[in-house]
Amino acid sequence: MGGMDVEILSRVQFAFTIAFHYIYPPLSIGLGVILVIMEAMWLKTGRVRYHNMARYWTRVFGLTFAMGVATGIVMEFEFGTNWATYSRFVGDVFGSALAAEGIFAFFLESGFLAILLFGWNKVGPKLHFFATVMVCLGAHFSAVWIVAANSWMQTPAGFSIEYNGEIMPQGFLPTADQIMHSRAVIHDFWAMVLNPSTLDRLSHVLVGAWQAGAFLVLSISAFYLLRGRHREFAMSSLKVALVVAATASLLQLATGAKSADGVMRNQPAKLAAMEGLFETQSHAPMAIFGWVDVEGRQVRGLQIPGMLSMLAGYSTDTVVTGLNAFPREDWPPVQPVFQFYHIMIGIGMALIAIAWFGVFLWWRGRLFNLSSRLVRAYYMMLVISVLGPQIANQTGWFTAEMGRQPWIVYGIMRTSQGLSAVVKANQVLASLIMFTIIYALLFAVFLYLLTRKIQKGPDEEEDGSEMPASWVAMMERRAARVE
Amino acid sequence: MTLNIIWFILVGVLFTAYAMLDGFDLGVGALHLFAKKDEDRRIFLNAIGPVWDGNEVWLVTGGGALFAAFPAVYATVFSGFYLPFMALLAALIFRAVAIEFRSKETWRWWRTMWDVGFAAGSVFSSLLIGITMGNILQGIELDERGEYVGGLLALLNPYALLLGCTTVALFAMHGSIYLVMKTEGALQARVRRWVNRTIGVFLAFYIMLNMATLIHAPHLADIARERPWLAAVFAVNVLIVLNIPRENHKGNEFRAFLSSCAAMATLMLLFGLTVFPDMVRSLPHPENSLTIYNAASTPKTHLIMLIIAVIGVPIVLSYTASIYYIFRGKVKITPHSY
Repeated sequence: MGGMDVEILSRVQFAFTIAFHYIYPPLSIGLGVILVIMEAMWLKTGRVRYHNMARYWTRVFGLTFAMGVATGIVMEFEFGTNWATYSRFVGDVFGSALAAEGIFAFFLESGFLAILLFGWNKVGPKLHFFATVMVCLGAHFSAVWIVAANSWMQTPAGFSIEYNGEIMPQGFLPTADQIMHSRAVIHDFWAMVLNPSTLDRLSHVLVGAWQAGAFLVLSISAFYLLRGRHREFAMSSLKVALVVAATASLLQLATGAKSADGVMRNQPAKLAAMEGLFETQSHAPMAIFGWVDVEGRQVRGLQIPGMLSMLAGYSTDTVVTGLNAFPREDWPPVQPVFQFYHIMIGIGMALIAIAWFGVFLWWRGRLFNLSSRLVRAYYMMLVISVLGPQIANQTGWFTAEMGRQPWIVYGIMRTSQGLSAVVKANQVLASLIMFTIIYALLFAVFLYLLTRKIQKGPDEEEDGSEMPASWVAMMERRAARVE
Repeated sequence: MTLNIIWFILVGVLFTAYAMLDGFDLGVGALHLFAKKDEDRRIFLNAIGPVWDGNEVWLVTGGGALFAAFPAVYATVFSGFYLPFMALLAALIFRAVAIEFRSKETWRWWRTMWDVGFAAGSVFSSLLIGITMGNILQGIELDERGEYVGGLLALLNPYALLLGCTTVALFAMHGSIYLVMKTEGALQARVRRWVNRTIGVFLAFYIMLNMATLIHAPHLADIARERPWLAAVFAVNVLIVLNIPRENHKGNEFRAFLSSCAAMATLMLLFGLTVFPDMVRSLPHPENSLTIYNAASTPKTHLIMLIIAVIGVPIVLSYTASIYYIFRGKVKITPHSY
């Protein structure tokens, strides 16, 4: 088997393992925010219902977190196992972000998780709340460092290229033969971390994670309400999640627009593929949906004339670079990038509509009017809406990463140059089969246990009788003060 | 130059912390199936429940630090040890989810399945970590670009396997001492007897390993002759190991545990002092070895990382210590337990 097979297999393996992993961290980040809100409400009001809510969603959080931890270590290994040449080339720049992620994020998350999960009734309520905040912060920090590292691959900055031990002038590109003797060396740490796409992409990723957490809570709460179970609990949870979902969905529109704008400036070939734009032109159209005829170099489907130019420069006269401006070997795979991007956009719009329709019902005082067929239909929509952010997060990453192709470090190093020299196709095939089997098993067990948790539902100890006296006393004090 | 040495030490410290901390929960995993009763197994799981994933972060951070500080070592070892590391990942994944999933259902087959997953995952993780250490200590074949060219079977040599088994025994010993601290009553009495047995097994492997070093890795014996002070570290290490049964016998389980930690630290120190300044020794072409100099990142990256470590590590240590303090004492099974 030739080098091509190793490349395809290694790419498929990385894509598969990281896509599977990425089901869970957004849930941890999003649920983390919701847990912080619920526990804050509990501490503020002293009402046992908020305590039970925080408790129940913590259990769901624990499950998603465990899956995230178990599948997360794989990627850190894979840079070295499958992409050793890449690792040698970028270690000086990219490695420190990974190490910082461990020191500043993972320890915080996993350490305080112990208190979050096992500290109920063992530590004071305030310390427990502090731990919840720390876990939530840790989850956000992990996104900061890994998105910074990934953004550096998209828009590399703050480094120079060293060839045979000498710093090369700006613009030097190592050839295939030179790559083994070259490396990127850091020149400005903060320019590397805060490279041109970090902040845009970080905000987009975090808000997408909040959506993932909020819609999971919406989905399960709506399920309970439809079944007439845990009514009070589900109503309160739904309200908290709806606030987060409505805010995040609208914010996502802004971070998405900002990200697309950044892609246009920094990775024009990627943007051209996202929109299927071949000709460099003013009055560039934006597709709502369609099919790219790559050979005919056109898009068939519904397009808004001039819209892309409008978004690019607030005028239809703005010139947008098309794919024809780039040599064919520098094109990303156009069709998948176009389709994944448009799936993400479509879902993003739908999520805004779903969340704000809920806000509208709430405003009209009809959100919990379960005798209304409209409201029941809306709840059914909410139950399946949990898939929305998941699919949008996945397709968004596929857009970002496939759109970066054929580069592993944009404009500097090709993906095919980053492979491990000593790893053979049959080895990668073996590990890919192994991951497929393990992850299929894990996913089945995860879904089963999540369903069980949903079936079992929250504790109904409305009086808090199982709590230690100090917790009950705190709640009574708070409740008295609120009244 | 000094920064290279500092980072050699710091990477060593991170992996030593990993051995001391995850070592005990891997060891508990290795002993898990020796507890026959369901309740005892739950006590074992909950003894490590709040802390095991924080312990594993030391591996993640150690790996990240290696990637950043010595990218060539990270790249060569991880790609050269491709299949063993994939097996290590599988083992780590299985034990992680086994801890989480096991007690979620009461069916016997369900619990047995995850019990086996937890135990096998723990044993294989320890074994594979030991095999990796064994190969690095003994040296592997590198070409002039610093790539591993030896193939899979060369990694599974008797010397590396022996070090792998020694690691399993070491972690089992460490885990049994930890369990003495976390259990009480009849279970504690049983676990206390395991401590002496695991020490015996570990010492047997350790003696065999030292003999095998003299026979199979003559260059290590040469190093020992060149660096006579290694013998002093070795002597201290043996005394510390022998102190473990003494403390255990006197009922000072915490001091026994500290001794066990110190034993691991001195073992890692021996390892580091032996291989220095090589990080991956090349055999039979020593000129291709990856050293702390030719495999290193730039001084600038080392300095940035040092700043990150100086800020981050004290914070991590302080709250990690607080969390161990909060969860001190004997395990009590509650509704929140595994």
